[in-house]
Amino acid sequence: MKDKKVPLLEMRNISKDFSGNQVLNDINFSIEKGEILGLVGENGAGKSTLMKILFGMDEIRDTGGYGGKVIIKGKEVNFTSPQDALEKGVGMVHQEFSLLPDFSAAENIVLNREPIKYSIVSELFGDRMHTLNREEIDAIAKVAINRLGINLDITMKVSSMPVGHKQFTEIARELSKDVLGETNPIELLVLDEPTAVLSEKEADSLLIAMRKLSEQGISMIFISHRLNEIIDVCDTMMVMRDGLIIKHIPIDGVKVQDIARWMVGREVSNKAKPRKFDYNNIETILDIKNLWVDMPGETARDISLEVKKGEILGIGGMAGQGKLGIPNGVMGLYTAGGTVFFEGSELKLNDPRALLDAGLAFVSEDRRGVGLLLDESLEWNIAFTAMQVQDKYLKKYLKGFMTWRDSKAIEKVTHEYIDQLEIKCTSSKQKAKELSGGNQQKICLAKAFALEPKLLFVSEPTRGIDIGAKSLVLNALRKYNRELGTTIVIISSELEELRAISDRIAIVTDGRIEGILEASKPSEDFGLLMIGQKVEEAI
Amino acid sequence: MENIKLADKIKSFAHDFGWPRIIIALFLLSLFIMAPFVGVNINTSLSDTFNRFGMNCIMVLAMVPMIHSGCGLNFGLPLGIIAGLLGATLSLEFNFVGGQSFLMAMAFATPFAVLFGWAYGKLLNRVKGGEMMIATYVGFSSVAFMCMMWLLLPFTNPTMVWGYTGKGLRTTISTEGYYLHVLNDFLAIRIGEHFVFPTGMVLFFAVFALGIWAFLHSKKGTAMTAVGSNSVFARASGIDIDKTRILSVILSTWLGAMGILVYQQSFGFIQLYMGPFFMALPAVSAILIGGASVNKASITNVIVGTFLFQGILTMTPSVMNSVIQTDMSEVIRIVVSNGMILYALTRKTEATR
Repeated sequence: MKDKKVPLLEMRNISKDFSGNQVLNDINFSIEKGEILGLVGENGAGKSTLMKILFGMDEIRDTGGYGGKVIIKGKEVNFTSPQDALEKGVGMVHQEFSLLPDFSAAENIVLNREPIKYSIVSELFGDRMHTLNREEIDAIAKVAINRLGINLDITMKVSSMPVGHKQFTEIARELSKDVLGETNPIELLVLDEPTAVLSEKEADSLLIAMRKLSEQGISMIFISHRLNEIIDVCDTMMVMRDGLIIKHIPIDGVKVQDIARWMVGREVSNKAKPRKFDYNNIETILDIKNLWVDMPGETARDISLEVKKGEILGIGGMAGQGKLGIPNGVMGLYTAGGTVFFEGSELKLNDPRALLDAGLAFVSEDRRGVGLLLDESLEWNIAFTAMQVQDKYLKKYLKGFMTWRDSKAIEKVTHEYIDQLEIKCTSSKQKAKELSGGNQQKICLAKAFALEPKLLFVSEPTRGIDIGAKSLVLNALRKYNRELGTTIVIISSELEELRAISDRIAIVTDGRIEGILEASKPSEDFGLLMIGQKVEEAI
Repeated sequence: MENIKLADKIKSFAHDFGWPRIIIALFLLSLFIMAPFVGVNINTSLSDTFNRFGMNCIMVLAMVPMIHSGCGLNFGLPLGIIAGLLGATLSLEFNFVGGQSFLMAMAFATPFAVLFGWAYGKLLNRVKGGEMMIATYVGFSSVAFMCMMWLLLPFTNPTMVWGYTGKGLRTTISTEGYYLHVLNDFLAIRIGEHFVFPTGMVLFFAVFALGIWAFLHSKKGTAMTAVGSNSVFARASGIDIDKTRILSVILSTWLGAMGILVYQQSFGFIQLYMGPFFMALPAVSAILIGGASVNKASITNVIVGTFLFQGILTMTPSVMNSVIQTDMSEVIRIVVSNGMILYALTRKTEATR
């Protein structure tokens, strides 16, 4: 690997920003022929953006292109589409399958590139009357599958296959493209979390297939959250975080713990002094017992969690593990079951009104879908929930029979929050959809603050907003907690953000609380919890 | 400097009011200007326009609550109209006369409107996202069902039933002697021989419009608007979406019932059987022309839209008829009204506030 040959792929000084938000910063790396490179990083670290740049996706071009060079075998390339990349020998295996369920494996492998036979009818009616050359289709499919070194019945319909076989079919399709000779031979394959949906056994046979391809001289970039697989199969590994390459080293001797630390471990400067709580002696404000939440993609299975009065509790974990299910379930937005006690009395689940009445509030991760009335003014957005739940900002006539929106009071409170949270807008009558993401998030916070809740759920408060707004939002939350004593439960995919603001952090894995640690614990402990490896619990 | 400011003002007015409305208004104005030259009496035309405006605007107002709660345009207006018809026929059956018969018709219609609206709302809650298509067929099928019922219900008032059998209601029943023109003539302003301003009817509408406007400023009304604007947001704010929607449907249905009574007292006839069948589309078109969209509507949209729609509908046939010198008024009326409906429905995504 270390010889001075020209590398197969080299990405030099790659940088990319989305409207001022730097997501990739001076990325440099190269891959040799036959090398398997493991690429790991938290969600949002920049992995997928990097791959999109490699394949020349429209998304990159539409947002202003990228900086730097992509060099393949010493020549600079600039792919215009994944098809273009494929023709030059760079293929991609997707996480989601793009297969036709009612076609056989062989038919899917050669789809849209079927070898055809000349028939007499086509003389009359043109090329459309050519017939399929079944023998050749099967032959091509067999060659492609043999290269993977696996057993796969090529006549089996995709719909009746186990997931693992679908994954192999998908890979075989990429490989078959050079069998037909219509593209350059495949030299580089990108596998984007191919094992995420596979059982352990299926994943193992995929790893074996990958090694076999590597022996044939095909290089691979392997993206996975399963760190053990990375260690098992890769030659080198690369850790990305915040748009930077943190580590790029040969895999020999690397331990899972190391990778976990590299993935999450960055110290944040604006960290507040950790507070010391005597957790055994303070009152529990929210006691969740065996909560399940049916939220698609974020199913919580069996959550038991005690939230102490006055603390900021962080809930972290990988995407899709169920951490978002917790606030959405407790607040009644998705069907939930189990028991939840708030200040000693049991809450009625699946009834948002009862939960708001009890003194809970929620800032949703889905700002545009749940958090805002996009077509209404900022005044409405901030005042609406407090008006409906607590009869604030209303004038009452005839002993409360007639109510009237008190537009002066609404305007006043809106201006207060605009000043307090530094919301950038032209007026309090501006429509919410016209604000930027960060300012929309502040509106969502203001809406929750206006309720003066006893406990506030904040879900992904910094997703998709720039760094300046991020620290403002976090500071506002911290200030609210310190000054009014409001208990805050903050859910975020960014562990460092949680460590900066929380007192304790719970990590959710596979719909269960994997462990709760004090925020000051070293980051690799959290990293291990995220990948489902227990450490001894601190609290 | 002054000129620039004025130009800006005009521009912003045009933007707020919306180009389609300005163009239609200019067309209507040109019809009024043309009218005297082709021998159409302008006073009669104006009088007709105001009259038609008063007759129809409560039915257009009936669109507003459902639009606000996100149930879309009330294509099921015939259901409300049927409630109104039941009120009207019951009032006549019990032989109330004069202004009293109108009040009693309103009183009899209300429970039917609430009941129908509640059931209609329940149904619409089951078909979220497809409300308008379902609403259309709710309207159509309720008309068909009532076609049977009008024959079977045991009404006996001789002014209403078929003369030769003594049972089953007639297709049209005169309101003369009952509540014909009770609102039209109330405080009516007569100018010259041909112009009458139907003050009572317009006032009656004003009361309803004010009521709806006030309702939309109340806590419940605010919730209704929020449900239409983003129902998930409203749910997260503790609003019972289904109940709010049902309330809006009941309101819309009730307004439809009141609307038809106003229409009858001016028109002079209660039209049963297929009468309500085609009432929804003109009302829908009027509010769309007024600048409403599928989920945003205001009282201004109702007033502007009804005036423009009914104005064009009154003026085009009479002016065109006089221009081409043959009696084609009915043909022209159908062409124009369906043309306006077609135009309005193509605009249904655009909204101005």
